[in-house]
Amino acid sequence: MGRITLDKVRKAFGDVEVIPPLDLRIEDGEFVVFVGPSGCGKSTLLRLIAGLEDVSGGEIRIDGTDATHLSPAKRGLAMVFQSYALYPHMTVRKNIAFPLKMAGMDKAEIDRRVDGAAKVLNLSSYIDRRPGQLSGGQRQRVAIGRAIVREPSAFLFDEPLSNLDAALRVGMRLEISELHKRLATTMIYVTHDQVEAMTMADKIVVLRAGHIEQVGSPLELYRTPRNTFVAGFIGSPKMNLIEGAEAEKHGAHTIGVRPEHFQISAEGGTWTGTIGVSEHLGSDTFFHVTVPGFAEPLTIRAGGEVDLHYGDTIHLTPDASQIHRFDAKGLRLS
Amino acid sequence: MATQHSRSAARAMMAPAVFLLLVWMLVPLILTLWFSTLDYRPLRGTFDCCEGLGNYVRFVSSSAFWDSILTTLQLLGGVLLITVVGGIGLAILLDQPIWGQGVVRILVIAPFFVMPTVSALVWKNMFMNPVNGLFAHAFKAVGLEPVDWLSQFPLFSIILIVSWQWLPFATLILLTAIQSLDSEQLEAAEMDGAGPLSRFGYITLPHLARSITVVVLIQTIFLLSIFAEIFVTTGGAFGTRTLTYLVYQRVIESQNVGLGSAGGIIAVILANIVAAILMRVVGKNLDA
Ligand SMILES: Nc1ncnc2c1ncn2[C@@H]1O[C@H](COP(=O)(O)OP(=O)(O)OP(=O)(O)O)[C@@H](O)[C@H]1O
Ligand SMILES: [Mg+2]
Repeated sequence: MGRITLDKVRKAFGDVEVIPPLDLRIEDGEFVVFVGPSGCGKSTLLRLIAGLEDVSGGEIRIDGTDATHLSPAKRGLAMVFQSYALYPHMTVRKNIAFPLKMAGMDKAEIDRRVDGAAKVLNLSSYIDRRPGQLSGGQRQRVAIGRAIVREPSAFLFDEPLSNLDAALRVGMRLEISELHKRLATTMIYVTHDQVEAMTMADKIVVLRAGHIEQVGSPLELYRTPRNTFVAGFIGSPKMNLIEGAEAEKHGAHTIGVRPEHFQISAEGGTWTGTIGVSEHLGSDTFFHVTVPGFAEPLTIRAGGEVDLHYGDTIHLTPDASQIHRFDAKGLRLS
Repeated sequence: MATQHSRSAARAMMAPAVFLLLVWMLVPLILTLWFSTLDYRPLRGTFDCCEGLGNYVRFVSSSAFWDSILTTLQLLGGVLLITVVGGIGLAILLDQPIWGQGVVRILVIAPFFVMPTVSALVWKNMFMNPVNGLFAHAFKAVGLEPVDWLSQFPLFSIILIVSWQWLPFATLILLTAIQSLDSEQLEAAEMDGAGPLSRFGYITLPHLARSITVVVLIQTIFLLSIFAEIFVTTGGAFGTRTLTYLVYQRVIESQNVGLGSAGGIIAVILANIVAAILMRVVGKNLDA
C-alpha cells in the first residue's frame, strides 16, 4: 500500500514561504513525477513527505493514517538521494543490510533479502566492495538496493540520475521503470529532465514557486496544458508562444504551437520567415526561424533529411487543430 | 619545472639548512650516546670511560624505571581518553547552531595558547589549592571537606591539567571532521530507522575515525615528553614521575649524567617503538 495524501501542506523557512498550502493525492502504485524549474520546491516537498522537514501547516496522510508528525523511520517510506548518501565505511552488503539491521531483523532473513536485492539489481559481483570503489551507476544501484530491501510502501527519488552520464541515465531510467512495473509500489520521483518526466510518469505534477500548476498524465499535459507555464515547460523543444496580432486572430492573448505541429513548404503558408540556426539530429532537424513581427524566433521540427539551410526562406503553416489558445493571464481558453 | 639544473640549484640552496638541522640533531644525540657509556658525575669529578652497557642495565633494573613507565602510560591513557571523549562531545555541541558561535569557538580554543607552565601554575594555585583554590571553596560551599588535589590525587590532577590543555586541539580537529560529514548520510540513516545513538555509532563515529587516530598520534608524541606540568605541580613526587621526569632527576638532581643519558636513549627508543606502532595503526586507518 502506498496512498499518500497532502492536505493544505505548507512550508516556510523563517519568513519565506517556500510551499504555499498545497493539496495532492497520490494513489497506490502510481509513478508520480515532480517537475519544475530549479528552486521551485520539489526537493522540499519530497522531504516533507519523507519527514525530513517538519510541515509548517496542513496534514500528510499515508494510507489513510495521519503521518504529519511521525518520524521518518515510522512512515515506511524509502528515499534515494541525489548524492546517493551511501555509508562510505560499510561494504555494499552492509549498506543494503543497514535498514534491516536497524529494524532488528534476524540474520538469515537479512541475508536472504540482501541477496535477493543484489540479484535483482546485478550487484552481486561487487557486494563486498565499499562505495568508494564503485562507479556512479553502481552506487546508484546500491542506493536503490538499500531502498528496496525495506519493502517500503513508497519510494522517494530526488533527482537520482542527475549525476550520471547520458548513456547510463537512459539505462537506469529503464531499470527504474521496470522496477516500478515489477514491484507495483508507489514512486515519487523528482527531476527537471523533460524526458524522464514524460517517459516514466503515470502522473506529472508541475510545480512553480511551490504552487502546483497542473497535475495529469504526460499526454494530458502535452495535449492540454492548463496555462502558458505548463505549455512552455512540458515538451522538448519548448512550445512556441506567440503574442500580439497573430494571437488576436485566434481570439486569444497568446497562442502556442509546438515545434512538431508545423507544415513546411517552399511555396507559401501562413507565416514566412528566415532560417537561422539549424540543429541536425539525424532523425530530426530543428530550425530556428525568424518571422517578421514575432518577438522571438520560432522553433520548427522538420524531418531528418530536409534540404534547407541558413538564410533560406521558409513558409510555415501551423496545424489548425494543434493551436493552443491562452488568455491574458496565461490560462487556457477551451 | 624540475630540470637537471634547477634541481642541483635547489640542492645547493637547501644544503645549509639541511646541514644545520643535521648538526642540531646529531651532535646532542651523539653526545648523549657517548655520555651514556661513561661514568660521568660532574659533582664528584668522575669522568671515567668504558662503562659499556652498565648505565643501561642500572637504569632499567631500578624499580623507579618500571614505575615511571607505568606512570607515563597512565598519564598518556588518561589524557587521551579525556581529550578524545571530551573532544567528540564538545565538537558535537559546537556543531549545533548556537548564538555567539564564533566567540564560543574561540573561547574553547583559548587554553591551547596558554603556556604549559602557566596553566599548571594557574591550576595549582587557583583551582587545586586546598585552602584558597576555587575547588576548595566550592567543596566548602556545599559542606564538604576540601580536597588537597595534588597530594591526594596527584596523577589524576596532572591528567586533568594536561587534558585541559589538549582538549581544544582534539575539539578543533574533531569539529572540522564533524562539519565535513555529509548531512544526507545522516538523513538516509534516519530514514533507515536509525535512532540518534545508532546514527552516532554507525555514521558519525566511523566518519571521525581518521581524525581520532590523528589526534591520538599527535598527542601521544607530545604527551610522552610532558615535563613542565609535573615540575611545577608535584615535582615528580607521589607517583607522578614519568620516564621523562626520571631522566631529568637522574641528570640534574642526582648529577649522574651517564645514567641519565642512558635513560634518555631508552626513552628515545621507546618513543620510536610507540610511534612505529601508532603509524601502523593510523596508516591502516588512513588507507581505508
Ligand atoms: N533549509 C532551508 N532554509 C531556507 N530556505 C531553504 C531551505 N531549503 C530550501 N530552501 C529554499 O526553498 C526553495 C526550494 O528549494 P528546493 O531545494 O525544494 O528546490 P528544488 O525545486 O529542489 O530545486 P532544484 O531543482 O535546484 O533541486 C529554494 O528557494 C531554497 O532556497
Ligand atoms: Mg532539489
